[in-house]
Amino acid sequence: MKPSAFDYVRPSSVDEAIAHLEQFGDRAKVIAGGQTLMATLNMRLSAPELLVDIGRIPGLSGIEVRGSLVSIGALTTHREIERSALLARHVPLLTQAAPHIAHAAIRNSGTIGGSIAFADPAAEWPACCLALDAVIVIRGAGGERRVPARNYFHNLYETDLSATEIITAIECPITPPARRSVFLELARRQGDYAIVGLALLARIDADKLHEVALAFVGAGPTPMLATTAMTALEGRTPDAETLHAAREALTRDLDPGPDLYTSAATKRHLAGVLLGRAIAQLMSGGDQTHGTA
Amino acid sequence: MSARDELPVQGAEQTLTRGHVGSPDPRPNARRLLQGRGVYIDDLRLPRLAHVVFLRSPHAHARIVRVDSSRARQAPGVIAIFDGATIAQVCKPWVGVLAHLKGIRSPTQYPLAMERACWQGEPVIAVVAQTRAQGEDARDLVEIEWETLPALVDMDDALAGNPVLHPELGDNICFQREVDTGGIDQVFAQADIVVEETFHFGRHTGVCPEGRAILADYNAAEHSLTVHHATQAPHMMHDIISRHLDIPEANVRVICHDVGGAYGIKVHVYPDEMCTAAIAMLLRRPVKFQADRMESFVSDIHAREHKATVRLAATKDGRILGFDLHDLTAIGPYSVYPRTSGIEGNQVVNLTGGPYRHSHYRARMQAVFTNKNVTCQYRAVGHPIAVAITEGIVDLAAQRLNIDPAEFRRRNLIPDDAYPYAFPSGIRFEKLSHHQCLERLLALMNYEGLRADQAQARERGCYRGIGLAAMIEVTNPSAAFYGVGGARISSQDGATLRLEPTGALTVLCSVTEQGQGTETVFAQIAADTVGISMDKVRVITGDTATTPYGGGTWGSRGAGIGGEAVLQSGRALRANILEAAAAILACDRATLEVANDAIVDRLSLRPLLTLAELGRICYYRPDTLPPGFQSELMVTRHYVPRDYAFAFTNGIQASWVEVDTETGFVKLLGHWCVEDCGTVINPLLVDEQIRGGVVQGIGAALFEECCYDDAGQMLNAHLGDYLVPMAGEMPDIVCAHVQTPTHTSELGAKGAGEAGTAGAPAAVMNAINDALVPLEARVTAQPFTPERILAALGRV
Ligand SMILES: Cc1cc2nc3c(=O)[nH]c(=O)nc-3n(C[C@H](O)[C@H](O)[C@H](O)COP(=O)(O)OP(=O)(O)OC[C@H]3O[C@@H](n4cnc5c(N)ncnc54)[C@H](O)[C@@H]3O)c2cc1C
Repeated sequence: MKPSAFDYVRPSSVDEAIAHLEQFGDRAKVIAGGQTLMATLNMRLSAPELLVDIGRIPGLSGIEVRGSLVSIGALTTHREIERSALLARHVPLLTQAAPHIAHAAIRNSGTIGGSIAFADPAAEWPACCLALDAVIVIRGAGGERRVPARNYFHNLYETDLSATEIITAIECPITPPARRSVFLELARRQGDYAIVGLALLARIDADKLHEVALAFVGAGPTPMLATTAMTALEGRTPDAETLHAAREALTRDLDPGPDLYTSAATKRHLAGVLLGRAIAQLMSGGDQTHGTA
Repeated sequence: MSARDELPVQGAEQTLTRGHVGSPDPRPNARRLLQGRGVYIDDLRLPRLAHVVFLRSPHAHARIVRVDSSRARQAPGVIAIFDGATIAQVCKPWVGVLAHLKGIRSPTQYPLAMERACWQGEPVIAVVAQTRAQGEDARDLVEIEWETLPALVDMDDALAGNPVLHPELGDNICFQREVDTGGIDQVFAQADIVVEETFHFGRHTGVCPEGRAILADYNAAEHSLTVHHATQAPHMMHDIISRHLDIPEANVRVICHDVGGAYGIKVHVYPDEMCTAAIAMLLRRPVKFQADRMESFVSDIHAREHKATVRLAATKDGRILGFDLHDLTAIGPYSVYPRTSGIEGNQVVNLTGGPYRHSHYRARMQAVFTNKNVTCQYRAVGHPIAVAITEGIVDLAAQRLNIDPAEFRRRNLIPDDAYPYAFPSGIRFEKLSHHQCLERLLALMNYEGLRADQAQARERGCYRGIGLAAMIEVTNPSAAFYGVGGARISSQDGATLRLEPTGALTVLCSVTEQGQGTETVFAQIAADTVGISMDKVRVITGDTATTPYGGGTWGSRGAGIGGEAVLQSGRALRANILEAAAAILACDRATLEVANDAIVDRLSLRPLLTLAELGRICYYRPDTLPPGFQSELMVTRHYVPRDYAFAFTNGIQASWVEVDTETGFVKLLGHWCVEDCGTVINPLLVDEQIRGGVVQGIGAALFEECCYDDAGQMLNAHLGDYLVPMAGEMPDIVCAHVQTPTHTSELGAKGAGEAGTAGAPAAVMNAINDALVPLEARVTAQPFTPERILAALGRV
């Protein structure tokens, strides 16, 4: 398992990196934390001519509040997000989801930009970005553009990002204190990609749910925003009838494929179970940083 | 040994009760390994070293129409490219059969596929290059035109001969065996109850931290081959390499450095490894093959893949009358050389029903050829199957009769005073301790307390279960295992002990170490028997040029057989030391003893002469010794068990689980194991073996499976998708021991290396099924994935 030969550059600015990408097109690959790309290189699933290591470009890392949103640099590692007091206060969903991503050693290297660029439907950050209505900040030769996460994920591993662009940041709206969040997933071993998982946000007012956002991990070719179920829950008390309707709605919202051990039907069943549990958790206090199913 | 040799202080019975044997000594080699200073094959750098990579068949079954290596030959760094026909000129093929497995058949196997590849992963072309990376680049340039053939992947199809994989054999049956003690149909017809179940076992494999590796170094000047090999059995490989490559035995040397885990994976003859040795001869230089993780999954032996239907007959007061079994197993396209792929099924037949008194037994097993990777002996060979079949059906009978599973076992386990005991099928037990182990287990786990907890939990809709699994285990195998079948596999082992001039002790033993601590155990035994402190003992294993001849490490034999050889050798060396001391001190030998690195007066324990001084005199000033006296400070002894075919051990495990009935997830809340390996030489190491084994067993029960599609492609040949058990999901594993030493050796040690793996899957299965009783659901197909549990519950 050795990668085929490639050239390697380590640009010191985003512009320089983009220049390399412009020159090589899809024969080049950006490398950030390497936690996905290194494996695909070694398995020769990917054989780029040039690796553009963006890991040392200044200014691409870090977490800061900008008005009503928090900006997370693309090179910010999963571990930094997990440990950020700023995010625990302002976007607790990310704090809740982070421990589910792989293992500590991988979280120390893997980056949020890499996760969003790769767009694995079983990954945690893409679903969180959908639920949070985050914005992906992308730079290319023509300058910067901001793509709402809800327009960014097109199909399995297909996104709005082109081969000559770089993600520079993720912008998440600050979650107001009244809006609670829950992240749950089912993985057979701690650290595995989930069979299915979900990110849920809602404000509870007089036992009714408002501003419901519900995004699923591992339940379709992309992270899946469960819009029908969201509507079924919006403005209602999550009693048995409402929950039933929401679970029914998931059949329209989700489109899971089977994996080696789990059929699509089982995934749908599990998604429904998680929905019930997430809402129960939300009603009983939400914000459990280490929510497991 | 005469009475005069044995003094009361260190008589035959006492020696072992003091000092190191029985104490939890930390292993001396752990520091080196933990500091990363171990030496594995991949750490070796020899001048002119070449690397070989294998192009493996991408198809489960295909004919090689044409191979074009011309582009690959031009690639940078390429030294040579070999195909099957070329390698066959220097390496004789083999057939994996044994005479005592009557009727076993297998086609001839070559190092590289000749005209046809029979499994995805079979080596086809060898590319030798200056570096591994260059070899892989070049491999991508080799063009093969394949004609794909129908892949035989299902064992029922195989049994039906649909199609026949090796036409020259007529059908797909590699091996079949029947045992029938007679009268079974009548017993079952008249029994109060008969229960029946079919169990499925997924195919899985041992995942060694260090992949298989070999570095073969040919010296044309003396027609000699030095083989650095990650193997469990260096002498077996020495013999095989010598015979198949036609190099005189004296010109071969096999050296094991540190071996990073083996579990039975590294005790077989692998075509790619034989090919590497052949290439070293052809190229007259050192050549290395290091399996990477992905090729390990499709070329390391797999195991299990059984479908077993079992029936049990019992009286209504819960007395087992008999077992009736049919086991079908799929072994891949070849029976593996030289141990064969018939042993696992054979063990299932030998062991099913083993812990229980019963009078009637009928068993039938069939091993069939398929187009998947080969299967062979992996840790606990056959035991996990036999124990799961037995314990699963026993629990079903208990449930049917409404008898508590612990009580049901109490009524049926062979009584502790019934030994020696023999089954009608012929298995003989020297002495087992089932009831002691059972009662100890129940106390240790607080069985009654857990039952109360279970009842309370059920009331709040939480489903917890207890699973028990009694087991017997084959250890310390005699020549009855392989030797009688014609395999050139030694069942005897030897140990050489040498007192050095400084009073240090060197131990050379033919049993090898793969991380389980055998060398530590030998040092403990040697220190005690000679009377020397452990820090002065150095153990050397794994070199056919220096150690005595022996079988190596497999079959839970290292401590029991190798340890006894060390003990006997230590006794003899101590006698020789005393002889020399008496000569030096000019006194009666009977007044002397060895203790704490010195010769002491046996009554006062007053030191008279240090071993260092004794060594100095014997080696450097023998001129001062009495005329005619010759010291012998190096001694070799060998040992092989002969009274019994195997030293059977016994034990029992318990698992305590919670099943999430909405998700099908199983949470392991606790695991207990009480087992009897006879003399416990080092409790730390025995517990390590048990716990590691339990974890591998849990892997089989919940996680591990080599998944194949209908075309015979392995779908999860990497650690992302092949789920090995990980620490996060493992429960605390509590171990305890009952010690019934075997009288077939002075050491009294039986094996402990496989007990954990043998019983854990059954315990977990029974615990899950116990949890699901109120929901009238059962699972019988391992691994118990969430989906399988949900399906059993009717939720998906
Ligand atoms: C054993 C293991 C388990 C894992 N489990 C999980 C898990 O449970 N959940 C999970 O979410 N992830 C998991 N991962 C993946 C991990 O989170 C990765 O770190 C992440 O998916 C990719 O981030 P990276 O920085 O490592 O990206 P890289 O591996 O460096 O790159 C990944 C891809 O993104 C592109 N890329 C990277 N950064 C940018 C950028 N800024 N702009 C444009 N393109 C970019 C690269 O070109 C490449 O195609 C696991 C990984 C391993 C090895």
